[in-house]
Amino acid sequence: MDFIRNFPFICIVLCLATGVISSVLKPKAAKVVSVSLVSFCCVCSFCVLFYTISTGTSFTYMMGHFPAPWGNEIRAGVLEGVMASFFTVIMLLSLLGGEKYLKIDIEEPKQNLYFALINLLLSSLLALVYTNDLFTAYVFVEINTIAAGGLIMIRSNGHSMLAATKYMIMSLLGSGLLLIGITLQYDLTGHLLMSNIKESIGALAANGEYAVPLTVIIGLMSVGIAIKSALFPFHAWLPDAYGFSTASSAAILSSLVSKAYLFLLIKIMYRVIGTDVFWNSKITNVFFILGVAGMLFGSFSAIKEHDMRRMIAFSSVAQIGYIYMGFGFGTELGMVAAVFHILSHAATKSMLFVACRGLSEVSGDKKDFSDLKGSGFRNKMAGVAFSVGAFSMVGVPLFAGFISKLYLTSAALDTLSVKMVVAVIVLAVSTILNALYFIRAVISIYTPRNEHYRDPEFRPGKIFCIGMVCFIAINFVLGLASHPIINAIEQGLHMFS
Amino acid sequence: MLGNLFANYYEAVSVILFGIGFTTLLLNRNMIKKIMGLNIMDTAIYLFLAAKGYIFGRKVPIVTGTVPEPETYINPIPTGLVLTGIVVSVSVTAVMLSLTIRLYRRYRTLDIDEITRLVKEEK
Repeated sequence: MDFIRNFPFICIVLCLATGVISSVLKPKAAKVVSVSLVSFCCVCSFCVLFYTISTGTSFTYMMGHFPAPWGNEIRAGVLEGVMASFFTVIMLLSLLGGEKYLKIDIEEPKQNLYFALINLLLSSLLALVYTNDLFTAYVFVEINTIAAGGLIMIRSNGHSMLAATKYMIMSLLGSGLLLIGITLQYDLTGHLLMSNIKESIGALAANGEYAVPLTVIIGLMSVGIAIKSALFPFHAWLPDAYGFSTASSAAILSSLVSKAYLFLLIKIMYRVIGTDVFWNSKITNVFFILGVAGMLFGSFSAIKEHDMRRMIAFSSVAQIGYIYMGFGFGTELGMVAAVFHILSHAATKSMLFVACRGLSEVSGDKKDFSDLKGSGFRNKMAGVAFSVGAFSMVGVPLFAGFISKLYLTSAALDTLSVKMVVAVIVLAVSTILNALYFIRAVISIYTPRNEHYRDPEFRPGKIFCIGMVCFIAINFVLGLASHPIINAIEQGLHMFS
Repeated sequence: MLGNLFANYYEAVSVILFGIGFTTLLLNRNMIKKIMGLNIMDTAIYLFLAAKGYIFGRKVPIVTGTVPEPETYINPIPTGLVLTGIVVSVSVTAVMLSLTIRLYRRYRTLDIDEITRLVKEEK
């Protein structure tokens, strides 16, 4: 059983190596290699998850035969296991669901490079989840940025190249801030390993020394990550990046890339700064205000949008706002709710993006609501998946979104301050706004019209159907059997501190 | 207050440089100048790290023959971080430059606002 301790490292290195190999393979071979690699990582991550749950402890894995202060470390606990398994599953399903459209959207000689980028992205995601070293985290943040930029720009038309440029510029600003935060932190504590930093910062905070630099460090790191994960005022790059890339890219970017940064922020909160210091620093109030503003602004922008892809992208801004609101409560319950919302949003948003591409496929490759009318009848599988995703986003019971909203509300009621009132009111308003635009979308795809697009021969592909059915199943599992997952999240957060 | 600034003038200069790079990357409309801003921003951080790692009057941490006392050489870790950071910023710069070349070949301009306008017209 102890062999499982090697799995995180094996997955990361294997992904990097396969990325290099994929770049010289034929597109079809690259696809087979890449999909089997993601499946392998998925199995490994589940092994790590069950191993950590069964032993009830986390483990650190020493790299390069040097012990902690000199060598690098990987750490895996229950929450890391949950995140890694979830990320790999979603990535696999997004690839399967969008597989058909990759061939349409990407030129033939570049298709193998797409899979190289996917492998690189997966390695950086897993490294961000597992790493126990702040500088390693920074390096993989940059690898993640490059890979994500590549995923956007590989569909080489003007829109996607401009979107990639905007994404890269904003992301680089974010990583610059993160890097100077890490540098100042190293200057203050002299450590880069998360557990050592936490000890030093705890001692500094207990003596009341360096209060201002500590706040600056927390602020720089938080703002850097907030830019990269598209918190409300920094979301300008998001609609274009999600709206003009190929379906798999949009699904992976919205559900995995931004979520990996959020997970890094959680790690910084718990394992680097320590929750006491972090929650006392008042940065949680900033998160709360920006999160609440994002929830409202994202929904209003989504209502104004006529393009279905961009509407879903703006809905992401609102959902990121929910997650930051959960962080903003500054309580254990709020964190659990936020982590669960990360999972439920990742599962739902990737399904929506892939289903939306399926719907526009049978509507002459258009994305406007007027063109998509009746597409739910033409591509039944995509229609059903889109409806499930829309209901989950609105927060209808049975679906994943309901549970996360329930936990967010109960976390809000637990805080007993001004935040409680604001959070409950904004949650209610934002749910109504969500319902406005998502129900409108569902109604429009099931309004019979535009018969000239009808193609009686059209059958959704088998792989697409398998992907969609699995997505719907995950949504129901998160909605109906949320207890074991919530327990695992709670256990994982306890292991963090 | 001013005394502190003069005592830590490397750090003060690197923070000013970081600000210059950051605003150039954020606000300048020319793509090439944006990339220059990115490099200034990264270099400022390396200056900060190198300045923090240096201890006055000590030697380079390269072992020749016998291992010297730890008190005789400077902290080698910031230098290692700078090297890693340079590799990262080189690759990011390469990606940004290649994107700029492709945008320039298509739209014959480096002005990002102009490119945005042209892309919107393309629809």
